[in-house]
Amino acid sequence: MKNLARYIIARLLLTIPMVFILLSIVFVVLRIMPGDPVSSMLGGHAPESVIELKKEELGLNRPIALQYLDYLWQICRLDLGDSMVFKQRVTKAIAEKIPATIELTICGILITLFLGVFLGAYAADRRGMVQDYVIRLYGIVVYCIPVFWMGLMLQLIFGIWLDMLPIAGRTGPRVFASTFEKTGLYVLDSILVRDFSALGDVLIHLVLPAFTLGLVLSGIFVRLTRANMLDVLKADYITAAEARGIRHRKIVYKHALKNAFIPILTMMGLQIALLMAGAVLTETTFSWPGMGRLLLERIYLRDYPTIQGVIIMIALIVAMASLIVDIIYAIVDPRVRY
Amino acid sequence: MRYSPAAGIGWAISRCAGLGKKYGLEWWILVAGAIIILAIVSMALFAGSIAPFSPHDQDTGPQLAPPGGEHLMGTDNLQRDVWSRIVHGSRTILRVAVLAAIISSVLGITLGLISGFSGGFFDRVLSLVMDSVYSFPGLILAIAFAAMLGPGVINITLSVAVIYIPTYFRLVRGQTLSIKEELYVEAAKAIGASGSTILWQYIFPNVIATTVVVFSLNVADAIMIEAALTYLGLGLPPSIVDWGMDLSMGKKFLPSGQWWLITFPGAMISLLAVGFTMLGEGLAEILNPRLLER
Amino acid sequence: MATILEIEDLSVHFPINIGTVQAVQDVNLRLEQGEVMGLVGESGCGKSTLGFSIVRLLRPPGKIVKGRILYHGQDIVQMSQKEILSLRGRKIAMIFQDPLTSLNPLFRIDRQFIETLFTHERGLDKKTAFRRAEKMLESLGISPERLSEYPHQMSGGMRQRIMIGMGLILNSDLLIADEPTTALDVIVEAQFLDLLNDLRRQYNLTIILITHNLGNVAQLADRITVMYGGTIAEVGQANTIFEDPLHPYTQGLLSSIPNIKLDQPKLKTMPGSPPDLVDPPSGCVFHPRCPYDKEICRVQKPETFTEDGRLVSCWLYG
Repeated sequence: MKNLARYIIARLLLTIPMVFILLSIVFVVLRIMPGDPVSSMLGGHAPESVIELKKEELGLNRPIALQYLDYLWQICRLDLGDSMVFKQRVTKAIAEKIPATIELTICGILITLFLGVFLGAYAADRRGMVQDYVIRLYGIVVYCIPVFWMGLMLQLIFGIWLDMLPIAGRTGPRVFASTFEKTGLYVLDSILVRDFSALGDVLIHLVLPAFTLGLVLSGIFVRLTRANMLDVLKADYITAAEARGIRHRKIVYKHALKNAFIPILTMMGLQIALLMAGAVLTETTFSWPGMGRLLLERIYLRDYPTIQGVIIMIALIVAMASLIVDIIYAIVDPRVRY
Repeated sequence: MRYSPAAGIGWAISRCAGLGKKYGLEWWILVAGAIIILAIVSMALFAGSIAPFSPHDQDTGPQLAPPGGEHLMGTDNLQRDVWSRIVHGSRTILRVAVLAAIISSVLGITLGLISGFSGGFFDRVLSLVMDSVYSFPGLILAIAFAAMLGPGVINITLSVAVIYIPTYFRLVRGQTLSIKEELYVEAAKAIGASGSTILWQYIFPNVIATTVVVFSLNVADAIMIEAALTYLGLGLPPSIVDWGMDLSMGKKFLPSGQWWLITFPGAMISLLAVGFTMLGEGLAEILNPRLLER
Repeated sequence: MATILEIEDLSVHFPINIGTVQAVQDVNLRLEQGEVMGLVGESGCGKSTLGFSIVRLLRPPGKIVKGRILYHGQDIVQMSQKEILSLRGRKIAMIFQDPLTSLNPLFRIDRQFIETLFTHERGLDKKTAFRRAEKMLESLGISPERLSEYPHQMSGGMRQRIMIGMGLILNSDLLIADEPTTALDVIVEAQFLDLLNDLRRQYNLTIILITHNLGNVAQLADRITVMYGGTIAEVGQANTIFEDPLHPYTQGLLSSIPNIKLDQPKLKTMPGSPPDLVDPPSGCVFHPRCPYDKEICRVQKPETFTEDGRLVSCWLYG
């Protein structure tokens, strides 16, 4: 356990340069690249003096290096500044929206893993048979469907034509806002206060967005799982287990899948980026009040501090997620020496 | 012998079938992808003669007419013909995606070669930067770029191109490092080949083969990013015909059930992406089966 | 002595895109209870395929196309999937070439033992299963505490012993060992062969020892079967085969072993290369390399003749 703690700290230290570089890139993109935030915010026709005043006020006239240091120092204090459009701290705006994104992405990744891993394992077990080809084709096609179009089509089919599921928002109108004050994760909150009608409402609102995200990402996992399972199924210990009379299904879905899952896990860190990108598109399509929607709303309003804040937050989430994936990997694989 | 088109097609089909037998399903995936791409590319090239109406023509028939009759895919709220807009829209997405892939591959391959070959401090810093960008959600980076640069075909192309540079960089750098250690390169060094000879005559040809596969998959991905940006209203001015923008306009009519406004543009985006993915996957399985497992 | 295994006219084919590999062709073999049968030949001669077909673990597209494998009189070829599963690990154990990769790296040793026990004995409680695994380990000369370790924490020899233990914990009476010592170093190999000899007495075990290492066979085997090109060349008592090989291939094989005791002037090698099993030579598969090649050898497959209590498939003895 002591070793594990040391490993986690070492890994955490490795994350720092990555976060630092990402923050610098965000700074370069948002501050140095062409495009003047202040004049575009003020509508483009504002008089020069007003623009200058606003720039002075925001500290945009100072040397760029100083701005950069200031920017880093701000982030270290976990202060992302104030919105340029609303009277609101950026950190507060983000904190309000994060739970919705987390709820969506967790449900999405669960659906993805379930579908992707099992279909991939099944395809590998049936290598070269019809089922294998059908699943591989599913993987390719589903990967090529843009998230938003998948969302729109599901809305059309299940929301409009079949009229079974809601197509927008996290809850219906008949739910009390006070139910969701604890964590902001609506599923968890409604369980905590034992409001099961609210829970039902939350869940049916979650179905389409979560499946949209989950289905699209499952394509990658089908391919990853299938490729790794094919390798593992060739291993000697699989033949050895067969020779001990263990049932084929148990060998495939327990012995082989657990081994195939390790390389999948190591690659999952990179899939987090896709998950976040998918979440942004899903949120805009389903009017889901998360960070992705916040980002786009503020882009339309040219609210630069909030845009910057959201992107920084996403960078931190990605770094954290890959850290967590690495730690899980170290725990799952007994061969890893920390 | 006089050339006859029928014989030519017959020869092509028999040749295809022969290769199909040799490589099995992978070959047919490749062929299917190539056919899809060819169909859409010719649609873009001959858009003027294929489309029955101008994509901007606002009085082609009734408003929001469902598919059928004169309008293969119906009309939109401004009485424009959806099919004509689809045909013309293929130009935008193909141009942006292919151009973006070319820009990022040229930059990524060059940087990867130099970085992997020269090594040292420069290589370490550049790798760290590229790895960081690679781990960041590409779409969000492209959104930030597009938002800063403002709408325009060149701007959206650059926004898409930026996010794929690390993909090529990582691939090429890794290969360069391993080829550098190969015996035949060592041998070339021993007989006095210069650094640039080794780089261009030994490493570059090896690297280029695998980047072909990645290029095709990259175009597929770029297609979806382009569509996402325009769907979000970030990439292009409204005067340009584009599938993603048509989709976001059609979205408003989803609750009232005008399905054709979203179904056709979205299906075309997916089809085009499927085409490039199939081509890439087919090539990958035939050229180097282990490439995509990394 | 009772017959434990009888293989009759067995043929195993691998259809591949350029044709069919006739990996095993018309093989007949009989094993008596308690004996150690050495199965030798060069790589690709079909000895491993023969071993794997006894437990019906042929890699696809391999298929038994003809013949019977009678285990205690029951035909394994005709068995249902369920029947064959209850045989594997419970009646017939198998160990493989590379002990380093034969154990699932993610499961602890105890879990792998207990899983095997539970598979074949329904209703066994976990404590008893654990006891039995401990006892097994002890009898293999491994400290029972090591049960809670992962495979990567053990040496190759230890892992190979554990593989045997898993096969024998349910009292199998037939052990198929496919090149069990190839991956072990010389000292571990000798210890391992000693252990195999002990176990054989203790459990009245019948062993099929598949190997290309004639030294192993000489140490352990009662009888030897020599295979060539998917067919059996010769079967006989180990000492008689070593002293007086009948089949020309066996003679060639034995003279190509470096022998440190005899000061041979030059190591003999066999001319030619192993046959192409997609398109095997007509008649006797060995005739292109045989120094006594006759007219009949090229056109007709040799029958099996009995010579001093030995079986030999060669026209020289017809």
